[in-house]
Amino acid sequence: MTPADGQLILFTLSTAAMAVLVSFPVGIAVAWALARKRWPGKALVETLLTLPLVMPPVATGLILLKLFGRRGPVGGWLHQTFGLEVIFTPKAVVLALAVMSFPLLVRSLRTAFEEIPRDLEEAAATLGKSPRQVFFRVSLPLARRGIAAGIILAFARALGEFGATVMVAGLIPGVTETLPLAIYRSFQTGDDSRAWLLAGVSAGIAFLAVAISGWFGRGKRWL
Amino acid sequence: MKIRAHSWFILSLFAAFAKAGEVRIAAAASLSEAITEIGTTYQASHPETKITPVFAGSNALARQIESGAPIDLFFSADEKTMEGLVKNGLIAKEAVVPVLSNALVVVVSRDSSLPIRSAEDLAKLQRLSIADPAAVPAGVYAKTWLAGRGLWEKIQPITVAAENVRGALAVVEAGNADAAIVYRTDAAISQKVKIAFDVPAAESPSIVYPVALCKEAPNAAEAKPFFEFLQGEKAADIFRKRGFTVIPPATVKP
Repeated sequence: MTPADGQLILFTLSTAAMAVLVSFPVGIAVAWALARKRWPGKALVETLLTLPLVMPPVATGLILLKLFGRRGPVGGWLHQTFGLEVIFTPKAVVLALAVMSFPLLVRSLRTAFEEIPRDLEEAAATLGKSPRQVFFRVSLPLARRGIAAGIILAFARALGEFGATVMVAGLIPGVTETLPLAIYRSFQTGDDSRAWLLAGVSAGIAFLAVAISGWFGRGKRWL
Repeated sequence: MKIRAHSWFILSLFAAFAKAGEVRIAAAASLSEAITEIGTTYQASHPETKITPVFAGSNALARQIESGAPIDLFFSADEKTMEGLVKNGLIAKEAVVPVLSNALVVVVSRDSSLPIRSAEDLAKLQRLSIADPAAVPAGVYAKTWLAGRGLWEKIQPITVAAENVRGALAVVEAGNADAAIVYRTDAAISQKVKIAFDVPAAESPSIVYPVALCKEAPNAAEAKPFFEFLQGEKAADIFRKRGFTVIPPATVKP
C-alpha cells in the first residue's frame, strides 16, 4: 500500500463522515416529524425520501450534476454569488454521499424513534416537561442505540457510493477519488492488484461498520 | 455432474448473447458515428449480418476482451492498447492493421471568449478536461503532448479526467470545464463547442487507430468480410467525411 492509497482511504472515510455529519441534523428533524407527527404531504415526502434509495444512483448523480454544474440553477448561483465551485471538487463528493445516504439515515432514525414507548414521552409531558424537553431528555436518549446504528449504516452506505459520485466528482486522483472510484479506475487502467487491494480494504471497512451497527442494534450496556 | 450442467447453462447463455449472424465490434468512443454509419452501410449489402458496435474508451474495451467478452473485432484509438492484447495472446500480431489517423485539438464552449492559442495558455485555465491520462488513448496522447512541451507537471493539477474522449468533450459542453483536449473528429460532432486551436502536428504524438480480428472471435466467419470492408474504399470515404485521415494500405504493408 502506497502513501497515495492511505490518503485515498482517509479521504473516503472523511468525506463519508462529513456527509453523515451534514445530513444528520436534517435527518433527525425529518425522522422525528415522520415518526411522531401527522401533517399534510407526509406521504409525498416519504416517497421522495425513498427515491435515492431505489433510483439508479447515476440518475441521481445526473440530477445533481445538472443542478450544481457551473451552468446549473444552484451551481450557477453559487459560482456567481460566492465564487464557489462544487462539481469536480471534494464538495461534490460530500454532496453526492450525503444525498445517497440520507434515505437510509432517515429510515434508521425514524425506526429508532418509533420504537420508543409513547407512554414514556406522554408521562414526561404530563409531569410538566415542554415538548422540547421531552425530545431532548426522553426521546433522544431512549433512541440513542438506533440513532448510532443508523449513523453507522449511513456512513457505510456513503463509503460504497459509486454511481452518483462518479457523475459529479470526475476522476481526479488525489482530489475527488474515493475508494469505489479508485477500484473502478484501477481496473480500467489495468492495475488489477491495486483494484484487489482497495476492494479488500473496502470489504474490511464495510464488515466493521455492519458489525458495529449490529452491535448497537443489540443494545450493549455502554450505550 | 451438477457442475457440468451448471457450466452448460452458462455457456448456452453466452451463446444466446452472441447470436449467429451478429458481428460485434468493440470500437474507440471517438469512432462512434463513423462505425455506426459504416455498419449500416455494410448491412445494406449484407442483410444476413448484423453489426453490433460497442463503444467505450479503448482501454475499457481491451479490459472487456481480456475478461472474455464475446467480441469479434477490436478498433483501438492507439497502438499501445492493441499491443497489450497482442501480448496477452488475444490478438495475433499479423492480424493488426493500422487504418486511421487523427489529430488533437483544444475545444472551448461555443460562447467562450477565453484567449487560448497554445499549450502555454492552457496552464492559465481553472479546469481542463481530458480523457483519463492513465489509460484512455486520447488522454495518453494529450499527456504526451503536454509533457513534450514541458507543461504536464503544471497542467496536471487542473485536469479532470473522463472515462473516454466523449466524456471529456461532454464536460466542456456542460460548462464544467474551460477547455478540453479531444480529437479533431470529436470537435466536429458537437454543436456546443468550437476549436480554440489545433495541436500542431509537429508537437503531437502520432495518432494511429489499428483494427484487428480477435483470436477468440465468436463469429470470425462473418467478422472477416466486415474487417476487410473497414479497410476498403467505401469505409474510407465515410472515415474521411468524419474528419479522419485514412492511412493508405500501401504504406503499412510493404
